[in-house]
Amino acid sequence: MDDLSLDVEEGTVLSVLGPNGAGKTTTVRILATLLNPDSGQASVGGIDVIRNPEKVREIIGLSGQYAAVDETLTGWDNLVMFGRLYHLGKQASINRANELLERFSLTDSARRPIKTYSGGMRRRLDLAASLIVKPKVLFLDEPTTGLDPRGRQEMWGVIEELVKDGVTLLLTTQYLEEADQLADEIAVIDHGKVIARGTSDVLKKQVGGERLEVVVESQQIQATMEIVSKVSGNKASLDDALRQVSAPVSTGVSALIEVLRELDASGIHPLDVGLKRPSLDDVFMSLTGHVAEEGEQS
Amino acid sequence: MKNAISDALVITKRQLLQLARVPEVLLFSTIQPVMFVLLFRYVFGGSISTGQPGGYVQLLMPGIFVQTVAFTLAATASGLAEDMGKGLIDRFRSLPISRSALVVGRTLGDSLLNIVVLAVMGTAGYVVGWRPTSGLPKVLLAFLFLLLFGYALSWTGIFAGLSARDARVVQNMSFMITFPMTFLSNAFAPTTGMPRALQYVAEWNPVSTMVAACRELFGVKNQFGVTAGSFPSTHPLVMSLIYMVVIMVIFIPLSVRKYINSSK
Repeated sequence: MDDLSLDVEEGTVLSVLGPNGAGKTTTVRILATLLNPDSGQASVGGIDVIRNPEKVREIIGLSGQYAAVDETLTGWDNLVMFGRLYHLGKQASINRANELLERFSLTDSARRPIKTYSGGMRRRLDLAASLIVKPKVLFLDEPTTGLDPRGRQEMWGVIEELVKDGVTLLLTTQYLEEADQLADEIAVIDHGKVIARGTSDVLKKQVGGERLEVVVESQQIQATMEIVSKVSGNKASLDDALRQVSAPVSTGVSALIEVLRELDASGIHPLDVGLKRPSLDDVFMSLTGHVAEEGEQS
Repeated sequence: MKNAISDALVITKRQLLQLARVPEVLLFSTIQPVMFVLLFRYVFGGSISTGQPGGYVQLLMPGIFVQTVAFTLAATASGLAEDMGKGLIDRFRSLPISRSALVVGRTLGDSLLNIVVLAVMGTAGYVVGWRPTSGLPKVLLAFLFLLLFGYALSWTGIFAGLSARDARVVQNMSFMITFPMTFLSNAFAPTTGMPRALQYVAEWNPVSTMVAACRELFGVKNQFGVTAGSFPSTHPLVMSLIYMVVIMVIFIPLSVRKYINSSK
């Protein structure tokens, strides 16, 4: 990592977004007291992670990229074990395990070994294990990497619930969509450096305004290009496969109306038309000059 | 301190639960040594003349006890390497538990497992003619001694497991070390038949001093080659204790430090 600096407001969600090897996991490992930084400082809940790691461990929950639970044991065994390790006492550990299994819809599989769980179930159990003592600060390191779309949706639902309960969350992800969906603020990191930070709206603005997109029949593409270029003042670009003509616009809806009017006057009936704000993919592209791709492993 | 002990016991319980969930593991870890007892007793027993009352099986059993206890370190090492690879060690390290809990808990679990395995083997040995002649207190002392040896060795397994990159590699590596260690000894055949240079190695080998100490405690006479009259031959029990202390003094702090600083 290189001069990386972050802070998270209590009770909010910060998403650390970046490709593989950008330094996301290293950041989380330092904050979760698993790794000592060579230099610099870090504190969690006001407690210094280097000087007081034991105190930090009492208020954090960590759920990593790999479902770190004992796969030979059942879901219930695991949660009770972690409860005991948080010094909850026997009965309290059992109660808390049952409560969490219920909350994460795992009650039916509670008595089955984790080995038999699906990827999504494992992640939910892993997350449950990090919530045993209601942590003040929760670290989720790529919570949906490797999950299928359904598993990802379920996980997002669970995380959104947690956020409503007011936990402070630091979430790392390589999915731009995930950061957009879950985070109050996004820090984009690349090669161990924060290269941009702000709400998803601010980041999108930083990249530039909206784009006007029109989809038409093939034979009308040429005429449409001319109209869109004229209204936009910039040269329109074409996506051949989608038959989509697009160009940046600064006047938003009035540009849209103007294009529609001109198209109508030329007898062109668009198949689809819309104003699109830039996606986080676009943000990443414009910030780093390359698409969000895998870097070298950290 | 109270927490340190109860944390370690939670980890020990985890290991017992694992055995309960996959009973085959316990089954095979007892079948294998019993198989060794039967094979050695009937394959070599007839051709190795011992000059002992009761025959080869009296010499064999202490040897197999020590070998079996030594072999468990491979399971310890691969178990920890697996926890490490799966990120479980990271989770334990992010919990507010005592720093030694995980490793101490694991070594206690290994000892419990050794009790079961030794009991099964002792029974198997009895069935095929093993009869210690020294009386119950000495026999129990020998078993206690074997457990202590197993406990010391399991720390080397912990260190190997935490240092390894892959569970299968460390398991094979452990066998590569324990296999020659247990055979280059007096466990199965008298060292007197070995080349002179090897006799030194074999007779100073901790496995041999352990086996000799157990034989003494079971009431069996030991036979020595080139080192006859030297300290390990005259005081195998004391020598073995020294080995155990040395192993623990080196590997307990190393393992705990490795655990604290471990990062995948």
